[in-house]
Amino acid sequence: MSNGLYVQLLYLAVGGLLLSSVLVLWRRELSAIVRLLIVQGTLMAVVALLLAIERDSIELVVVAAEVVALKALLIPGILRRVLRDSAEARETEPLINVTASILTAAVLTLVAYGISRPLVRLAPSIETQAVPVGFAMVLIGFFVLVTRRRALSQIVGFLLLDNGIATTAFLLTGGVPGVVELAVSLDVLLIVLVLQVLAARVRLTFGGTDIDELRDLHD
Amino acid sequence: MTPGAMAGVLLQVVLLIAVAPYVVGVMRQVRARLEGRAGAGIGQPWRDLRKQLAKEAISPEGSSWVFTAAPVVLLASTLVIAAVGPFISTASPLDRVADLFAVVALLLLGTVALALAGLDTGTAFGGMGASREITVAALAEPTILLVGFALSARVDSSNLAAIVDRIQDNPAQVLSPASVLAAVALAVVVVAEAGRLPVDNPSTHLELTMIHEAMVLEYSGRDLATIELAAALRLTVLLGLWANLFLPWGVATSASPSALGIGAAVFVGKVAILAVALATAEVFMAKLRLFRVPELLAGSFLFGVLAVSSSFFLA
Repeated sequence: MSNGLYVQLLYLAVGGLLLSSVLVLWRRELSAIVRLLIVQGTLMAVVALLLAIERDSIELVVVAAEVVALKALLIPGILRRVLRDSAEARETEPLINVTASILTAAVLTLVAYGISRPLVRLAPSIETQAVPVGFAMVLIGFFVLVTRRRALSQIVGFLLLDNGIATTAFLLTGGVPGVVELAVSLDVLLIVLVLQVLAARVRLTFGGTDIDELRDLHD
Repeated sequence: MTPGAMAGVLLQVVLLIAVAPYVVGVMRQVRARLEGRAGAGIGQPWRDLRKQLAKEAISPEGSSWVFTAAPVVLLASTLVIAAVGPFISTASPLDRVADLFAVVALLLLGTVALALAGLDTGTAFGGMGASREITVAALAEPTILLVGFALSARVDSSNLAAIVDRIQDNPAQVLSPASVLAAVALAVVVVAEAGRLPVDNPSTHLELTMIHEAMVLEYSGRDLATIELAAALRLTVLLGLWANLFLPWGVATSASPSALGIGAAVFVGKVAILAVALATAEVFMAKLRLFRVPELLAGSFLFGVLAVSSSFFLA
């Protein structure tokens, strides 16, 4: 693959990652948000695959396959099941309204660009140039975690955070060793499963997963 | 200024005026066919214009010169854009006027003139339409400026012809993240500025939803024809600008007759494809509630910010 094509495809995939993260803030339907997660998982696998081709690394191909299996198939599948079992199709009233959160996402992206500049300057290369996108995904994930009320949206925020960390790792070091990557992925899967069970329990007990209503203690 | 270049400018203006009502006609026809109606044919807007031009214009009692001047200002400002923009050729002698920011200011001049005319009549609808139009324009403006910034940062010039030329030289830039994001942001703004769905429905006269139609409710005869022509021209100019900024192939780079001919044919083709695509998309879309329009425009603003920032860190 020629260098120019590699740079273009890599930046296009990374741009798609950033776009899918901010669109999570824009869409209200939870099913659309899960679809965006599938897109994001696929794009992450594309990034890993491009790095694998560029560096002739079989290990990264395996990592890419594992990313697809976990982040584009397995976890969205679990989220779909949570969605089907619950009656909540939409994120009705986030703590900060959609317009304001879209504008906040713009600010967060600029912040991510600002704070990652020293990192990029340490070792400027094609991949590290794109690191601000990973940071922006982490920040947007945090933002979703603190402003959304539904349990499913919170899981999505957590996954965005994890995707951001993984993207940063890919771009900075060409991916952590396969064993570590596998362990982290299994951790994430476990957390999602635990959260799924927890959300189901919360719904069974209280009839809904609005986090705000879990503030008071009752007998 | 060579005669060839002048002929190019003249051809561009005449072509745009001739094509503009057909663009509206094509969009209505596509919509009609997709909705299962026969439709009036793509020539209907021209027939309407001819009929209205033959009728006298009536000004409402108590309206001032602002009301009579607005259609002319709207048409004139749009015609200036039609003359200077790189629609068929980038080798125009008026090239230096074709600054992205100047073009945006000219578009806004027409919007403001029409909004003032809406206020001038003193009717409830006119004022309501004017206030909505200015709200949408004020929200769309930051996006246009950001997109302009993202596009001109790569070229080191905000000259439209320079931007088009540069992208023609490096076709790879078309698929860069900055360019794709800017294209999406500008598409939303084009839809908002041209008053199409989902921001404004051009075929309704329902008081709860109309924006553009509410402002021009009092116009009749020649004045109405002028406004209709200007609105059609505006739509064509916006579609043409979008097409040439992001898909600049086929734009003539010299003033030779053959290059101009190819440029004109490609331009008509591109605008026709965009018009059909836009009309098809509109069939599947409902108008947004007015209170959700700021959300859409905030989204396009976000795309603008991402376009600017990614043109810095992903380049």
